[in-house]
Amino acid sequence: MEIGVGLPNTTPGATGALLTEWARRADAGPFGSLAVLDRPVYDSVEPFAALSAAAAVTERVQLATMIAIGPLRPAAVLAKQAEAVHRLADGRFTLGLGIGARRDDYTASGTDHTRRGALLSEQLAHLRGNDYPGEVLVGGNSGPAFARMARYADGYAHGGGPPRAFASAATKAHAAWRDLGRPGTPRLWAQGYFALGDDDTVQAGRDYLRDYYAFTGPFAETIASANLTTGRAIKDFVRGYAAEGCDMLVLLPTVSAVDQIDRLAEVIG
Amino acid sequence: MKVTIVGAGPAGLYLGILLAKAEQPHQIAVLERNPADATFGWGVVFSDETLSALRDADYASYLDITDTFARWDAIDISYRDTVLRSRGHAFSAIARQQLLAILQRRAAELGVEQRFGTEIEDVAALCAETDLLVGADGVRSVVRQAADETFRPTITPQGGTYIWYGTDLVFDAFRFIFEESEHGLFQVHGYPFDEHASTFIVECPESTWRKAGLDQMSDADSIAFCERLFAAELGGHRLMSNKSSWLRFPLVRNRSWHATVADTPVVLLGDAAHTAHFTIGSGTKLAMEDAVALAAAFVRHGSDSPTAIQAALVHYERERKPVVERFQQAASDSAEYFARVGQHTHLSPPQFAFNLLTRSGRISHANLAQRDADFVRGVDVWFATGATDRAVATPPAFTPLTLRGLRLANRMVGTAPGDAGLVLTPLTAVTPGGRVSPDSPTLCADTDVARLRAANAKGALGVLLGHAGRRGATRPPERGVDVPLPEAEAWPLLAASALPFGPGSQTPRAMTDVALAEVRDAFVAAAGRAVEAGCGLVMLDCGYGYLLASFLSPLTNHRDDDYGGTLDNRLRFPLEVIGAVRTALPDDCPLGVRLTVTDWARGGLTPDDGVTAARACAEAGVDLVHVVAGQTVAESTPEYRRGYLNTLSDQVRNGARVPTMVGGHLTTVDAINTVLAAGRADLCVAEFLHDPAALTAGRAA
Repeated sequence: MEIGVGLPNTTPGATGALLTEWARRADAGPFGSLAVLDRPVYDSVEPFAALSAAAAVTERVQLATMIAIGPLRPAAVLAKQAEAVHRLADGRFTLGLGIGARRDDYTASGTDHTRRGALLSEQLAHLRGNDYPGEVLVGGNSGPAFARMARYADGYAHGGGPPRAFASAATKAHAAWRDLGRPGTPRLWAQGYFALGDDDTVQAGRDYLRDYYAFTGPFAETIASANLTTGRAIKDFVRGYAAEGCDMLVLLPTVSAVDQIDRLAEVIG
Repeated sequence: MKVTIVGAGPAGLYLGILLAKAEQPHQIAVLERNPADATFGWGVVFSDETLSALRDADYASYLDITDTFARWDAIDISYRDTVLRSRGHAFSAIARQQLLAILQRRAAELGVEQRFGTEIEDVAALCAETDLLVGADGVRSVVRQAADETFRPTITPQGGTYIWYGTDLVFDAFRFIFEESEHGLFQVHGYPFDEHASTFIVECPESTWRKAGLDQMSDADSIAFCERLFAAELGGHRLMSNKSSWLRFPLVRNRSWHATVADTPVVLLGDAAHTAHFTIGSGTKLAMEDAVALAAAFVRHGSDSPTAIQAALVHYERERKPVVERFQQAASDSAEYFARVGQHTHLSPPQFAFNLLTRSGRISHANLAQRDADFVRGVDVWFATGATDRAVATPPAFTPLTLRGLRLANRMVGTAPGDAGLVLTPLTAVTPGGRVSPDSPTLCADTDVARLRAANAKGALGVLLGHAGRRGATRPPERGVDVPLPEAEAWPLLAASALPFGPGSQTPRAMTDVALAEVRDAFVAAAGRAVEAGCGLVMLDCGYGYLLASFLSPLTNHRDDDYGGTLDNRLRFPLEVIGAVRTALPDDCPLGVRLTVTDWARGGLTPDDGVTAARACAEAGVDLVHVVAGQTVAESTPEYRRGYLNTLSDQVRNGARVPTMVGGHLTTVDAINTVLAAGRADLCVAEFLHDPAALTAGRAA
């Protein structure tokens, strides 16, 4: 299993300077990938723009969307954006797509929320039908999401949770892959949140997750309390995911400070 | 912390006890609407695992509880005038009334205030006077109602209709009794809970219950009916009611288990938070384990601030929810099993018993062998020889199977020569226009025969013949399936109706009478070539939304001629092809069909339709049905997990009485042994034949 790191494009107050410096350190560090989230209705930097900046200052690390909410963009626009990052990064780009979880993102982009699954399928068919060259992942936890992943993607992007939740999703991904008659096995990507440092840092990470996931109601507390805030917690988490067959585990920051990636590199390096 | 617990059932009382024992003293009140000595239900069951949790949590009450326990290690299955006994299942039971008395006594000893006969009217008012409100008040929780919008509960009826009686007949084991009546099959779940009495739950499908007139009967008549039906088992003992009435089991789920009411944290425990169907007997166990987990969460996070309390509640829910959801999954499988067990009455007692014991997916062939090696050996011997008087037999997966003139060395199906008893080709097109992709195999020319014969070097080879229909002319599957070829490389498609499959798919032509005849003849010709190439089995594809399956589903067949409309009409073309191929095949060559038995889509085929279709196929001369599901339309809702097709295969095999083959992510020999021994299928697609270690482990088992 490789370990990736998130680019802080959805944590409050991230500047261009922070993002590019973070990307440089990711490229120099023990990380297999550098991934972004997608959330239009939030203080964030658009994922393809953020990765374009990262592409310009990195040479080695695989860039990824983990995930981008596909249906918010017309299929042809999404394909163009993905091809752009793919070209800027000289092929070092993994396109993770999902339907997202927030209705207001759909309202803001004028997209029909009730058609989100079908729209994502149409986009994937468009990418494949036009020979999109890069690696494509699909996320989601429903039966239709696993079928869509197995029909069109190269692998699965898990949305987070303890290792046993990942294990159950990985089983479904493998079953769907077989069901759709795909040769080989799906690539399995996963993610978790971290904040490393003093009490204030840990608190800031928790507050961010509470705010970011406020739309889920009481579930926000559950996500916030699962934030990995010690080296030991991160190592346990990494070990758990490796044991369940994860190929790439991306650890996402919850605080906009460049020391976070150094601390993470120290823990896993 | 001041804690108010609503509901003095096992969950509420046990939480009171555990919190009262905490290092930081809590002020605890338990409120209960019923009097202290009110009793509902008879006995409750615990496993060894639960007992050790109770021992660690509170040793004093553990001693009292285990003192009055009825214990057993056997499950008896009374079916068709025989009783089969399976050992090694350590269980204990206690009268619910007894359990509550012990917990009330212990709670009082620890200074927990208990107020009985207290009806809760205003939850918000209760909240105002406490630091934490606990809803341990059961399925129809009043506490839960106060924050419905956060808890978001759902209550769904599940399984058959049942009634909870007691009897003065003392069983010496857990006892399942199956009794055929003129109205249908009834079953009893019985177990002793003290030296005088047993729980005696009677269950049947709702339709049987109505046919028997039980919906119209008085309580006394109901008891008399059940006493008559089970007279032979009861041997003069009587059934006793305790405000018993016929019910459907309410499956309770909550999106969240904790909420805030009037700035006070509220948390749900036991049945208020979740239920699991009684046929896996886990309700009280889960409730008391909830109490243990919640008390432990307060030890971990403390309770001296709202933040600490909040953290404990989050921790409690995070820890318990996945465990409970696993039990609910197993319980649902168990409930569904009992709802359709009437289809199993043709099974021989060993297979019937094995199917029952493995119904919830929690116990496999290997697990059962660990508990009771003799029992499993008996099942294996019966499976291999049809007799029960031999000493040893190979595990079911390695047992031969004969279909007409074809003898398979074992029950595992693979895609490459090697360890599989049957090697099945990928979908092989009967015409070039029926290919899925340009490189799909075909069997429509003499060169194809030579190629197939060359592949047929070792063991039994089956050929899967089909026509891709509207899912044809797509790119090779390396980077996705159902992705259409560029227009210049594509060929025209055929289907039942002119409906494209997915985004960007070509619109097929609806088949004319001429096309129907051509495709039917192509199937017959290909089957002839398969025999010529030495194939021992011909399987026709009527699955996954390909051509023949496109006739079957109302979602893809909009025809207004004799081949569309009713299920009989939609079956007509597939059955014509099956009939023509059967006629053309030598008598000793078995014919299979890969059949979609449910579309997993609204308005599509249901499992009942699938059973009807399988029965029609069998009547047309099909010897083996490969049970598959979904992919009829691009956007469907499959439920993937290990063995996700097992239940469907069970329904088809035992509903249509036709041998079945099943895949559905069977990843170990043990999984296959379990499916076969239970009579859920006769052949299994093995997904591990490339892994020699898995096979060796399976043989040794």
